[in-house]
Amino acid sequence: MSGSDQEKGADVLDAQDRARFEQLVLPHLDAAFNLARWLLRSRADSEDVAQEAMLRAYRFFRGFHGGDARAWLLQIVRNTCYTWLEKNRPVELMTEFDEELHPQPSTSPEALAIAGDNRERLTRALETLPPRFREVLVLRELEGCSYKEIAAITAIPIGTVMSALARARQRLQRALTHASPQEASREL
Amino acid sequence: MSCELTRTVLHGYLDGELDATGAAEFERHLESCRECATALGAEESLRSLLQRSGLYENAPVALRKKIRADLDAATASSAARGIPAWRWLAAAAALLIVATVSWFAWPRVQNSAASAPFTAAEIIDAHVRSLQPGHLTDVASTDQHTVKPWFDGKLAFAPPVKDYADEGFPLVGGRLDVLAGQNVAALVYSRRKHLINVFVLPTKEADTPIHPPGARQGYQWVHWRHQGMEYCAISDVSASDLHELAQLIYQ
Repeated sequence: MSGSDQEKGADVLDAQDRARFEQLVLPHLDAAFNLARWLLRSRADSEDVAQEAMLRAYRFFRGFHGGDARAWLLQIVRNTCYTWLEKNRPVELMTEFDEELHPQPSTSPEALAIAGDNRERLTRALETLPPRFREVLVLRELEGCSYKEIAAITAIPIGTVMSALARARQRLQRALTHASPQEASREL
Repeated sequence: MSCELTRTVLHGYLDGELDATGAAEFERHLESCRECATALGAEESLRSLLQRSGLYENAPVALRKKIRADLDAATASSAARGIPAWRWLAAAAALLIVATVSWFAWPRVQNSAASAPFTAAEIIDAHVRSLQPGHLTDVASTDQHTVKPWFDGKLAFAPPVKDYADEGFPLVGGRLDVLAGQNVAALVYSRRKHLINVFVLPTKEADTPIHPPGARQGYQWVHWRHQGMEYCAISDVSASDLHELAQLIYQ
């Protein structure tokens, strides 16, 4: 289903649709914005993309036949974000997702706690990850999505959500602990 | 050297996505695998960092407003926003015509603003249905002292039942019916060879006089409210006969 095909099938919505949309979908606007913000790494762009995604969701609301409204909306938000990235930052999407997961000695919980005990540093570390790693972490840790929901939103087969999360977490740990020495010294 | 599970099952365990058996197995494994125990500690630490660092960003208020405006614009009924006042008047006039036409095409049972809780079509349907073989009465009796007690316990109200044989409207019987989703009592009277249904249901509305009769498809009906009861009498008898029965019941 391409975006233009979808546009053609858009419905004319009435006050009843509007009320139902307000009740089921609009409450997930924060989730929509948060996902866009972490995928695009910019609040201003996220506002535009979240607005566009919400309107698109509304236009195709009659295609929503109940179930998980948040996952349904986030799927649309994610697609809108990727379309935006393809157009504006194509390089960012070229990172391989299926890179080999190299065994590496685990960081100790204490070292990690110190390295990440700073919102700015944590934000930067998360933002250095490729979008496909970032999104599973945001969906799991910030949005609290189940594997099933993550699979529905990201179109990753459910059987590989676990390993995608494993890789994303390893990348984040590495980003935190590798960045921290210089960061720490600069802050001192 | 390195345990395979740190990169697989450990995450399912951390996320609460293993089934009971899988989780118990991994817990047994944790007791003997230092690497997994350390890795789990690190992952829990990472999770708590992510969750308590205030990384979640809520939608700005301005965005919420913009989206509501978008939704208004994309909703059919509000497509008329921003249209000059004379257009509104024209739209209102058109609406009035439609409403008036519908009013005559599909009348409520009475012609007043405080209309009955059912339409003429529903009343006619109920009347025609009662004329089908075996549908007219649940209790067939000309004796009001048989018909009235029959309703006891079947309805949440006690409809007044009286025989008007002396006035030319003998009681035929009674039955339970449903009108517009409400349980009602139906009293059946006859007038010469014609049958009259009188539907009775409780109401909280004020009393009304007997309204002028309505007519459709060869049937006449009259409607009124009296002492907490809503009445509608319908039949193919003449409007004056119907009015006569209504007056008898009203007294």
